[in-house]
Amino acid sequence: MASTAVIDKAAPTRVVKYGSMSRDRKWALRWSYFFLGVFAMFSLVPPLYMFITSLKGSAEISAATNPWWVFHPTAANYVGLLTSNQFLRFFWNSAMVSIFVVTITMLISVPAAFALARMRFWGSATLATGVFLTYLVPDTLLFLPLFKMFAAFGDWTGIQLINRWYVLLIVYPTLTVPFCTWIMIGYFASIPKELDEAAIIDGASWFQTLTRIFIPVAMPGLIAATIFAFTVSWAQFLYPLVFTTSTDQLVLPVGIITTLIKGDVFNWGQIMTGALLGAAPPLIIYAFLMDYYIAGLTAGATKG
Amino acid sequence: MADVTLRKVIKRYDDVEAVRGIDLDIADKEFVVLVGPSGCGKSTTLRMIAGLEDITDGDIMIGGDVVNDVPPKDRDIAMVFQNYALYPHMTVAENMSFGLRLKHYPKAEIKSRVTEAARMLDITDLIDRKPKQLSGGQRQRVAMGRAIVRNPKVFLFDEPLSNLDAKLRVQMRIEIKKVHQKVRTTTVYVTHDQVEAMTLADRVVVMNRGCIEQIGTPNDLYHNPATRFVAGFIGSPAMNFVPCRLEEVGGKPLIRLTDRIAFPLPPARAARYQNVSRNEKLLLGIRPEHITEAKAHPEPGIETFDAVLDVTEPMGMETLIYFIVQGEEICGKVNPNAGARDGAPLRLAVDLNNMHLLNEATGVVL
Repeated sequence: MASTAVIDKAAPTRVVKYGSMSRDRKWALRWSYFFLGVFAMFSLVPPLYMFITSLKGSAEISAATNPWWVFHPTAANYVGLLTSNQFLRFFWNSAMVSIFVVTITMLISVPAAFALARMRFWGSATLATGVFLTYLVPDTLLFLPLFKMFAAFGDWTGIQLINRWYVLLIVYPTLTVPFCTWIMIGYFASIPKELDEAAIIDGASWFQTLTRIFIPVAMPGLIAATIFAFTVSWAQFLYPLVFTTSTDQLVLPVGIITTLIKGDVFNWGQIMTGALLGAAPPLIIYAFLMDYYIAGLTAGATKG
Repeated sequence: MADVTLRKVIKRYDDVEAVRGIDLDIADKEFVVLVGPSGCGKSTTLRMIAGLEDITDGDIMIGGDVVNDVPPKDRDIAMVFQNYALYPHMTVAENMSFGLRLKHYPKAEIKSRVTEAARMLDITDLIDRKPKQLSGGQRQRVAMGRAIVRNPKVFLFDEPLSNLDAKLRVQMRIEIKKVHQKVRTTTVYVTHDQVEAMTLADRVVVMNRGCIEQIGTPNDLYHNPATRFVAGFIGSPAMNFVPCRLEEVGGKPLIRLTDRIAFPLPPARAARYQNVSRNEKLLLGIRPEHITEAKAHPEPGIETFDAVLDVTEPMGMETLIYFIVQGEEICGKVNPNAGARDGAPLRLAVDLNNMHLLNEATGVVL
């Protein structure tokens, strides 16, 4: 209460200045809101259109009415897909592939990044750059040689990989591991060197330093890498299109396209519904992990 | 509890020799401070004792055992870093007990050790906080606590107070001294701050360019520096150096600074410098506190002269004065009431009983 009184007393004598600084700041704020608004519209209109379309029957979709309005809303598309064993199968395949890929990616890239960021060994810097360079090779360039390799592997060992959903567990990490390793190298490198030296003096082994110091401290980076790996494996289209063909082996993005487009007949209502439902899991994962994505977790480790 | 011995220890990074074959004996329970300018190899030496750096050549012994190839965790040492290096995701108690938990100490023992260390460092109330909720001084206490609970053979401090503000630094300095008086563990402390070195150390090791310049007690280094580097490094404001030479006038030795300024040497000094060549280029080293305002009845060995003051710096307790002799800026300390003013002349007295004479070429104190 005392401090309030003091502030009140001082208030009439305080001169409020409208300097060029505050005017600049105000304009900067207006512009940033303007561009944020444009960007939000740009990215939200397509999902909105998908949602509107998903509530329409086939007749209404092809009718020449206002495409932005639903005159006869129906849940038939949702019921149809969610009761279809085939669609649930795609969903299940996608989930299995994504969860396994995220796990495999993390198990490889976290120790790899730790080694590349902290253990000084011959060629470690070159290796770190090399890891990133592999990420720059596009999948459109790789799918043919990979297909030939798997085919040859099948002929040679008798183990059939092509047209099995688990082939994707081998293929996807070629995309996720380099990038996640690279993200984690960056995060690990930002951890002060003294922290692992303190741990080593405290008696921790390399493995204990990784699990008890580095992973908890680099949790935001770990989450970023997890989100990335999940998104890549959930949304990947080219590889599953090439490597899987039987309907029971398909993942969601490919499944929707191959089963809901029959010849030149596009089942738009269900395609839109499937795409919307398919976009839900990444959204849920984002929302869930964002809570743990607390920036500045390293604050307090050292001075500054 | 253990002594630490370094024998001809060398550290080479590619072509650069950071530490050039140093010998050092640190007794059990001793507090030794390594001090020197940046790049003098003091931190490298400490890190070699810790085992965080391999040694290129020589031997390091802790408690009589050669530890050259012993990993840090098996050397039974604890280290406090300049930037604290606390684990940010752990509470104060978890930070302090991390080492003990890794070694699977019984829970009760860990708890009692952490409580005891927290009480000693006055951080009992902070035990459940995370490092980011602590101030710089508190973080440094936790870092010390983490070292204390381990009850190691040797404490290593790597510039632990450099990140603190001046007031807190003085406070923590006393704190560190108190802790050492209580736990009496052999301590090696690295700093670039000569005041820290003087106040904390049983013995100070002055390092320069990868070599040890001098080892001695703080008083020893202050009053009997062996080289120009030590003489100039220890003490603040630094010792003055004026080019000079010795002369013989009527059988009495004189020290000549300029054509106009020459002082007779006090008998004790005259005897000491008897064999110094009269043609040699020398430096007179004199500390600022031995240049004061002239008194009415000067004691033997105290010579007076006149100087026009360049700049004066009133410090409250004393006033620092600066004037030029032979192109060198000389600093003195006078009484605040002596009437020292910028640009004004003042009669000054120099205490030659406390002078040092150095060889200008080699920098060795004669």
